Amino acid sequence: MARVRLDLTFPPRQATKPVTYHLVKDFDLTPNILRAQIQPGQQGRMLLEVSGPREAIDEGIAFLEDEGLTVSPAASDIELDEERCVVCGLCTAVCRPGALALDAESAALVFDKDACVYCEACVVACPRRAVTLRF
Amino acid sequence: MAKSFEEINAKIATGEAVVMTAEEFAALAADEGVAHAAKRVDVVTTGTFGPMCSSGAFFNFGHSDPPIKMGEITMNDVPASGGLAAVDTYLGATEPSRTRGIEYGGAHVIEDLIRGRAVRLRASGPGTDCYPRIEIDTHVTLDDLNQAYLFNPRNAYQNYAVAVNSGDRLINTYLGPLLPRLGNATYCSAGALSPLLNDPLYRTIGVGTRCFVAGAPGYVAWQGTQHNPDQARDDNGVPVAPAGTIAVIADLKSASHEFFSAATFTGYGVSAFVGIGIPIPVLDEDLAATLALTDADLTATVFDYGVARRSRPALGRVTYAQLRSGAIEIEGKQVPTGPISSLTTARRIADELKRWVVERRFTLVPPLEPLPQPDTGAPAPKPLEIRTEEAI
Repeated sequence: MARVRLDLTFPPRQATKPVTYHLVKDFDLTPNILRAQIQPGQQGRMLLEVSGPREAIDEGIAFLEDEGLTVSPAASDIELDEERCVVCGLCTAVCRPGALALDAESAALVFDKDACVYCEACVVACPRRAVTLRF
Repeated sequence: MAKSFEEINAKIATGEAVVMTAEEFAALAADEGVAHAAKRVDVVTTGTFGPMCSSGAFFNFGHSDPPIKMGEITMNDVPASGGLAAVDTYLGATEPSRTRGIEYGGAHVIEDLIRGRAVRLRASGPGTDCYPRIEIDTHVTLDDLNQAYLFNPRNAYQNYAVAVNSGDRLINTYLGPLLPRLGNATYCSAGALSPLLNDPLYRTIGVGTRCFVAGAPGYVAWQGTQHNPDQARDDNGVPVAPAGTIAVIADLKSASHEFFSAATFTGYGVSAFVGIGIPIPVLDEDLAATLALTDADLTATVFDYGVARRSRPALGRVTYAQLRSGAIEIEGKQVPTGPISSLTTARRIADELKRWVVERRFTLVPPLEPLPQPDTGAPAPKPLEIRTEEAI
């Protein structure tokens, strides 16, 4: 089993086919929409986590590209501004997947991006507005 | 074996004083005993860096030509008090901006000034014979101001609440977002490094005590607002819920943005992280015993903020060691925890203060006047009743 995070760009005229449905049905993949911004007549974007056999993932990506989507590996789109952060730790109190945690010894903030589900709870909670999510 | 302030200051003056942070002192006491640690160490430094809403600064802008008696005043669109002399003002940390709301407030203006940034000052006045100008629109920096000093009416709370929410919706509080059905717990104290938890009976901390305020050398000016020495205490004499507080004063021009950081709590408002550190002289073994307490010895009371009343239900007590472990148990449920007070910065403050004392930049003074003490009939904070003039 593999797991990838994809950044999908939808052209303004696409979105006739429910692509995540086809990823499940035709390729037996497990898609997880982390973030999406799709509006009629505009270019849309979706941050999609996909799990399944490596081969099926590659086939699924080829399907998405055939449908006119641009597929690229998800860039680091959640950012912690360490200059602004005062390491208060409040973000760790709202981070359900435990992606943000304080080191037991040093009390330094540790951010495990792989565990992040882009729920934005930390973005809203951070009193320093040090966490930002792009797109 | 007791030491006096004079003896300790003499050692600081000759460079012989042994200075440790509260964490270092506790480790030494655990290894070699409190009596030994009390004998060997002269000064223990403390530190805390959490949001402290009751903070703000006095400014004097100097007089324009022709001069103005400033009535309505804004700094970067944040209202400041017009209720003082012509060009004096007080800017409160929690005051929201007229244009940006709680995303920018008094604390942000103060942080911008500390960072050397120019701030837009606008004011209007009535126009009088001696102050004919009725409007002014200009820019000022910290260097331009005649006086700029922090005066924080309530800082460095001696212990604080642990907040949870038993309700069925997320609530936004000054202790951060509280998830429904006891979904998380937040807490706000430096624990074993916290100044007033290390001197729980205010033996060395009182009016006139020199301290670290936002990176500047300052003083304890008075008891803080809502100072409550008669709060419940444990067997060590340490309060188990919010108790003592101090009002502090310090020159803003000597402050550092590393130790004063503006904050916005979503759905609540503006606040400011303020760094406070106090050096505590190791006068005797009694004091050493509380200085040696660790996060495993210090407790805080869990309160249910899901009940929006003055008296919130208490749901038990936990130690700071439990809180720092990442989860506590409340009503049989494992509840994830997160702090709001920065332990890394608290450690830096205690270290910085240690350096100040070692470098002989900071001697200690006994309180000019003690803070109100426990069990001496100090009035407990009174509630505000809603009543008519006739009812008084």
